[in-house]
Amino acid sequence: MMKNVVEVRALVVVRGAREVLPGISLDVPAGVTGLLGPSGCGKTTLMRCLVGAQQVRSGTVEVLGEPAGSAPLRTRVGYVTQAASVYDDLTVAENLRFFARVLGVDPASVDEAIESVDLAGHRDQVVARLSGGQRSRVSLAVALLGQPDLLVLDEPTVGLDPVLRRDLWALFHRIADAGAAVLVSSHVMDEAERCHRLLLMREGRIIADGPPDEIRERTGAADIEQAFLHLVEATQ
Amino acid sequence: MSARITLAVAGRVLTQVRRDHRTLAMLLVVPCVLISLLWWMFDDLPGGMFDRFGPGLLAMFPFIVMFLVTSVTTLRERGSGTLERLLTMPMGRLDFLLGYALAFGLLAAVQAALAVGVSVGLLGLDVNGPVWLLGVVAVVDAVLGTALGLLVSAFATTEFQAVQFMPAFVLPQILLCGLFVPRDAMPGVLEAISNVLPLSYAVDAMQELVARADQGEVWRDVLVVAVFALAALGLGAATLRRRTP
Repeated sequence: MMKNVVEVRALVVVRGAREVLPGISLDVPAGVTGLLGPSGCGKTTLMRCLVGAQQVRSGTVEVLGEPAGSAPLRTRVGYVTQAASVYDDLTVAENLRFFARVLGVDPASVDEAIESVDLAGHRDQVVARLSGGQRSRVSLAVALLGQPDLLVLDEPTVGLDPVLRRDLWALFHRIADAGAAVLVSSHVMDEAERCHRLLLMREGRIIADGPPDEIRERTGAADIEQAFLHLVEATQ
Repeated sequence: MSARITLAVAGRVLTQVRRDHRTLAMLLVVPCVLISLLWWMFDDLPGGMFDRFGPGLLAMFPFIVMFLVTSVTTLRERGSGTLERLLTMPMGRLDFLLGYALAFGLLAAVQAALAVGVSVGLLGLDVNGPVWLLGVVAVVDAVLGTALGLLVSAFATTEFQAVQFMPAFVLPQILLCGLFVPRDAMPGVLEAISNVLPLSYAVDAMQELVARADQGEVWRDVLVVAVFALAALGLGAATLRRRTP
């Protein structure tokens, strides 16, 4: 059995004068893990630490047994930022072919990635002409190139219609079933039930960690939103 | 560093430019129109004024245009998150910079071929040195513009600011490059400043090629411009950080 895919220990991140992460520790195992918490609680900062894009003050972040952001990880971790990080003036296929060349992966994986986000019909359309949801799926497709062992997805389902959200969650589970770890952040608590495991986050700290039903049972709440409130009240 | 990634960046940048027909047309046509305008303006005046000012203009086009295009495109790349994404991939900072330099260097070569073709073929610019060397100077010049554009994009947070760097960084170089007043006739302080500005050497190279064609002099100037370009690329690389605050 592999140990945890991500291990964060006593991580401190300071942005400007604010301590965004005041010494956070957590693990992410294989499967689909939801990182849930209100806007501004430090989810994005934490995710940036996992991909090595964030300057950290102290603490350790290990991904797949290597220090986060180290060279061997750069083809093994897929990262999707909140805003679609793709080129608006290129077509869907051109975007993917470019990133595939940068990653050094087989060009055949381009079509695979486009199909898995259901954009085959828009393959040769310029990204600027796509809808917001379609653009974020192009960005997601880039992260799928080369079948990474860890996918870090920052609010990938925000603003999407319910059908698309359901399809994307099904995709995340397919990816996880194939053996990868998927970390999905969201500020919408009702996405909690779709995860194998949850990390509830508030003001830079993890306030609960475990499968959704276990967290509900432990707090005696009907849903995760209630559980979140119980946990916050208990700490005050 | 990886040739595969550098070429991927260059290819992508060229695809983006190709898709933007208006920019492409401006890049290639505007220099030809401006050099023709210059020729026409001096047409009735005696004294070979076109031969005096033409080379300077040929040195300025690639520099100014590539400076502007690069500062705006890389700013966009920083702002849209694509740069951050690339830096979480196996993308070396130099791969990124050289990819841009290569793409815009190629564009500059085409631009220079057209502008020089019009100047020499149609407008009768009298070049004493080899005409192809004009192209070499133009390309090195374009790479300099690209490198400086990349560098200043790190200090701008909006496209408005990036465009403002043009009067701040480029206009002083145009004023002091020796085109309006010969550099050795300027007040000492200005001459000293002009001696440390790269565009002065680019214009010198062009003028030398047209007037006397001492190739040794030209190559020395080209070398100076190239060193400036490499230094700017190095500084630009330092502004690309994998980890940001």
